[in-house]
Amino acid sequence: MTAEVDGAARVPGLRPLGEVVEAARRDGELVVQPRMGFSDPGLMARGLAATLGAAARVAGTLTLDSYTRLGDYTGARAALEAGVPLNGYPLVNHGPDATRRLVGAAIRQAAPHGAAVQVRHGSPLPLDIFTALVAAGLEATEGGPVSYCMPYSREPLAAAVDNWKAACDFLAGTAERGGSPHLETFGGCLLGQLCPPGLLVAVSVLEGVFFRQRGLRDISLSYAQQTSHEQDVEALAALRSLAAELLPDVRLHLVLYTYMGVYPRSRGGAYALLADAVETAVAGGAERLVVKTPAEAHRIPTVEENIETLEFAAAVAKRVRAAGPAAGAPDTGLRAEAAAIVHAVLELHPDVGQAMVLAFRRGLLDIPYCLHPDNPGRSSGFIDSQGWLCWGDVGGMPIRGGGGARRRAVTSAQLLEGLSYVQRRYDAAALPERHRELLGGAAAAERGTR
Amino acid sequence: MTGREPAAAAQSPARGPAAESAPVVVLTSVSSDAHTWNLVFLQLLMEEHGAHVVNLGACVPDEEVLAACRENRPDLLVVSSVNGHGATDGARLARRLRAEFDRAELPAVIGGKLGVTGTADAEAIGSGLRQAGYDAVFQDADLDGLVSYLRLCAPATPRALEAGQ
Repeated sequence: MTAEVDGAARVPGLRPLGEVVEAARRDGELVVQPRMGFSDPGLMARGLAATLGAAARVAGTLTLDSYTRLGDYTGARAALEAGVPLNGYPLVNHGPDATRRLVGAAIRQAAPHGAAVQVRHGSPLPLDIFTALVAAGLEATEGGPVSYCMPYSREPLAAAVDNWKAACDFLAGTAERGGSPHLETFGGCLLGQLCPPGLLVAVSVLEGVFFRQRGLRDISLSYAQQTSHEQDVEALAALRSLAAELLPDVRLHLVLYTYMGVYPRSRGGAYALLADAVETAVAGGAERLVVKTPAEAHRIPTVEENIETLEFAAAVAKRVRAAGPAAGAPDTGLRAEAAAIVHAVLELHPDVGQAMVLAFRRGLLDIPYCLHPDNPGRSSGFIDSQGWLCWGDVGGMPIRGGGGARRRAVTSAQLLEGLSYVQRRYDAAALPERHRELLGGAAAAERGTR
Repeated sequence: MTGREPAAAAQSPARGPAAESAPVVVLTSVSSDAHTWNLVFLQLLMEEHGAHVVNLGACVPDEEVLAACRENRPDLLVVSSVNGHGATDGARLARRLRAEFDRAELPAVIGGKLGVTGTADAEAIGSGLRQAGYDAVFQDADLDGLVSYLRLCAPATPRALEAGQ
């Protein structure tokens, strides 16, 4: 089937991300996904084909470079002409035909029954990128007006919201012409660490509600692994529950990100952290996992490192599922906290984008340690003695914070300790014996059985 | 990327509390660098050593750094970058800074991971940046170096940590 979307045929063999995840859910499998992106189209094609062909349920990825993220197409062109490798795939510069050929060839070669491919970008102003990916015959991407503006850019939030509205309207519009667009929130990740889960869940849900209001009907909500398995499982349950309440009429799945903060330096520590992410995803009911390779603490990983990581994650998932259902999460009030923030924000304005702008202005949303000029900057988070991520200060947010630790000032030494908590913990402990055999040989032997 | 006025950054809550007599530090990244944890950490560290910090945040265009220096008349400009472009972007910023403020008027230091090759070219990067206009270059998390320099150019009684709690 070839759908005509704005005159651009969908890439042959490309399947909607939501559909691929639904099929995996029926089969009881976790979809795993790399973050890979290369500037050279040949290398990108090879990497995409190799990851799609791994012994795992894989969603493919085109991660864009930082020039494209900032809308600096001249800078990207200059680097390409000078032969300087970029840190991702310059989608806009390479143009729709090259991208369609590249993705089509990778799917044809590695996934004869079709595959989903998501464009990952990081842009606060994504309209150009959405236009380019649709022109290339692609349909799935990610981000959000808050999560790609506040943590990593200086763009005023109101400008990001306006651009995201236009970008989402455009992407949603492709559904009327035969497309199956998918959009994932990045709100469950934000700065990657030291943001208590209640706020991560709230922002992820708010961005999902924003996408729905702009007409999207196939949505995933993200959440990033933090410092405690139990707390993360509770956060995923809260995300699921709030999605059922606020996004009942969309095709929806949850995506967990392997830890995004300061990563273990040792190979064993990095794999142990990834194995814990898999256990959290399975126990919390996330259908898709974005992995991180051990190399990422040091440099951009190779294609082979990506494959080994994907196969390891898939093998751990299979084993965890075979061990039977995990214990449910205890309710320590995380859902109530996220719900309080979400409802307070939604009450501000019927337009969700406008409501989020007002919420930051009035302090109802306040991202810990975020330096963006539109962030109130009064909140803080810390890791308690049990390894749970807690509020030091909730600022003006409509929550209590719990633990009685209100207004706890954080010193520079405590901040460093918190930032490196996960790295220290996992570097100190080796990869558990039960997972060690899943590295390399065992997973590689399974390759090709699909 | 944005037409934000420098005043917005100066009034931002990122400006930490300190006594009125406290030395003023403008803290910034370079134009291409989106990392902020280094800036959050350095703000806390310098506040603990008695400074009043104006933190400009991520991806700051050169023009905004200069505007913040005009506006706040700092005792020290601290540039921190960890994305590997600090040698290039930082040198350009320093040349623009020195066209307007001489070294006696506004000392400036830079630190972080400034190149892409690790320690191989640290010496060349250091001398290049000093030549471009920095008074000191701190590579590889030389925090003691930064703190000593802060004391040197902006002497003040270290604020007791308890004061912030």
